[in-house]
Amino acid sequence: MSEKVLMKGNEAIAEAAILAGCRHYFGYPITPQTEIAAYMAKKMPKIGGTFLQAESEIAAINMVYGVSSAGKRVMTSSSSPGVSLKGEGLSYLAGSDLPALIVNVQRGGPGLGGIQPSQSDYFQSTRGGGHGDYHMIVLAPSSVQEMAELTVKGFELADTYRMTSMILADGTMGQMMEPVSLDFDIKPQIEKPWATTGTKMEREHNIVNSLSLVPEELEMLNFKRYERYAEIEKNECMYEEYKCDDADIILVAFGIAARVSKNAVDAARAQGIKAGLIRPITLWPFPKAPFEKAVEHAKAFISVELSMGQMIEDVKLASSCKLPVYLCNRVGGMIPDPEMVFAKIKEIANGGAN
Amino acid sequence: MVVFDKPHALIDVPMHYCPGCTHGIIHRLVAECIDELGIEGKTIGIAPVGCSVMAYNYFNCDMIEAAHGRAPAVATGVKRSDPENNIVFTYQGDGDLASIGMAETVHAAARNENITVIFINNAIYGMTGGQMAPTSLIGQVTQTSPYGRDEKLCGYPIKVCEMLSELEGPEYLERVTVNSVKNIRNAKKAIKKAFQNQIDNKGFSLVEVISSCPTNWGMTPKKALEWIDTNMIPYYPLGVYKDRSANKEAE
Repeated sequence: MSEKVLMKGNEAIAEAAILAGCRHYFGYPITPQTEIAAYMAKKMPKIGGTFLQAESEIAAINMVYGVSSAGKRVMTSSSSPGVSLKGEGLSYLAGSDLPALIVNVQRGGPGLGGIQPSQSDYFQSTRGGGHGDYHMIVLAPSSVQEMAELTVKGFELADTYRMTSMILADGTMGQMMEPVSLDFDIKPQIEKPWATTGTKMEREHNIVNSLSLVPEELEMLNFKRYERYAEIEKNECMYEEYKCDDADIILVAFGIAARVSKNAVDAARAQGIKAGLIRPITLWPFPKAPFEKAVEHAKAFISVELSMGQMIEDVKLASSCKLPVYLCNRVGGMIPDPEMVFAKIKEIANGGAN
Repeated sequence: MVVFDKPHALIDVPMHYCPGCTHGIIHRLVAECIDELGIEGKTIGIAPVGCSVMAYNYFNCDMIEAAHGRAPAVATGVKRSDPENNIVFTYQGDGDLASIGMAETVHAAARNENITVIFINNAIYGMTGGQMAPTSLIGQVTQTSPYGRDEKLCGYPIKVCEMLSELEGPEYLERVTVNSVKNIRNAKKAIKKAFQNQIDNKGFSLVEVISSCPTNWGMTPKKALEWIDTNMIPYYPLGVYKDRSANKEAE
C-alpha cells in the first residue's frame, strides 16, 4: 500500500496537477480556493513551471487559452463569481477545441453571495457556462482523494477530447483535510500536432481559432463537436452506486452532499428502510445507466443538493420521469445534515411527501 | 532580378480590407520584419477582434485568434509556454486594445511581458461599421457619436503611448504612422525594433501605428491620409515615448 499524506482538498488538486505534468497555472485570488494558487506559487518556480497571478479572472482564462494553444497542460482555478467572469474564455476554449483544466470550488450565490460551500453552479457548469453550443467535462469529487484523482483524469480527458474539463467542487471539499495517496499511474501525454508552437519552417502554419463566418461550415463544426460529445457520453460516464440493488428510495447526490447522504442511507437501513444512493462523479456527461436500472425496482428518488434544485432536472431526464423525484436541499452556504436527509427518506417511505 | 516581392511571412491570398485601408501596409511591414529577422518559424501571432480579426489567414507563422481585447493575456500564456524559443506578437485595433482590453494591455505592459504589440489606431470601430472608439477625436462624427464626440458626454480620447509611458514596466513605446513613404520607413524601423527587443529579452514593446479608415471616416483614401496629418497627429504626436535601453545607454 502506498504512503498517504494529510492534505487539504485544494492542495491535493494542486499537487495532482503538478504530478500530471501541468507546469502553468494562472489565477486570481478568491475564497474558498486560494490554497491552490498559494500552493502553485510556492511549487512552480522550484520545478521550472509558471505561476502567474493574473490581473483578472478574464486575463487568467485567456492566459490558459494561450498556453493551451501552445500544446501544454495548463489550469486555472476559481470560485463561483470568478468562474462567471471566465465564462467568455470557456466558450472560446470550446470554440477553438482547446484542452484545459478549470477548477470551481463553489460558494453560495447569486452575485457576490457568500463564501460558504454551495453546489449552485451546477447549471452553469453542466450546460457550458458561456455562450454557444458546447459542453465541458464536469467532474465532481466527494473526497480529498478524488480531488487529486479527478484532477489527473481531468487533464487526460481534456487532452483526449480536446475540450475543457472542470473540477466542480465546493468549499467543503476544498477546505477539508483527509489522507491522500498520490501514487498515480500517469499516462504519457498525447501528441498535439495542431498546437501553435512555431512552424520551424517545416509545416503549414497552425491556426487556433473559433471564428467561422460561413454558416454551413460553422454548422458542420458544431455537428462534429457534438459527435465527439456523444463519444464521451458513451465512454466516460462515472458514478458510484451505494446499496442501490434492492433500494426503494434512492438518493442522488454528489460532492459533500453525497457524503451526508451515505450516512442517511445507513441510518435508514438501520431502521429497515431500503435506501440507496447514486453518486454521479461525472455531472456532464450525466450517468444514465444507474437510473435506467433503478426505475425497475425503486419507488422514488431524492435529489440532495446544495442548490435550489438544479441536478434534479437531470435526475428526471435520466429516469425519464418514471418515478417521483423529491428535493432535499440547503442553500446559501448551508449544508443538509444526515438527520435532515434521513427525515426526508422517512417522510417519503411513510408516503407523506408532497 | 526581383525588385519587389511579397514577404515570405505574408501569405499570397486576397485580403478582405477596404480599398485605401492601411492594414495592408502594416501587415506587410510586420511580415518584412519577420523575414529580415529570420524568425518566422518560431513566431506565433495573435489576431484581435475587429477589422484585422482574420489576420490569421494572412501571416505565414502560427496564428491564434483571441477574444476581443484579450490578445495580451493570450500572448502572455503563449510566451510563457516556451519563453526561450518563441517570438510572440499581438496585432490589435483601438477598440480591442484601448477599450475592452485595456486591463490586459496595461498589465502586460506593467509586467514587462516579453512580447511585441502592434497597435493600430484609426480612431474608429471599423468592422462593426464605424462606431466611436476610445481614440476617436473630440468632435469626430461616428455612428455612435452622430453629433460629434462630446467630451462632456463621453470623455476624452485615450493616448495609449503617453499613458503606458508612466509605467515602470514597458521597455519600448513608439507612435508612428504610415501616410507617407518617409513615415512608412520610420514605422518599419519601429516595428523591427519592437521584435528585436523581444529577441534580446528586453520586454514589452508596443508600436502604435496611426492609421486611416477611409470607409468609416467617409473620405477618399488620399484625403484620409491627409486627415492623419491635419487631425490625428496634432492630438497623437509621433515619436518615442519610452525606450529604456536607449535611455540607459544615454545615461
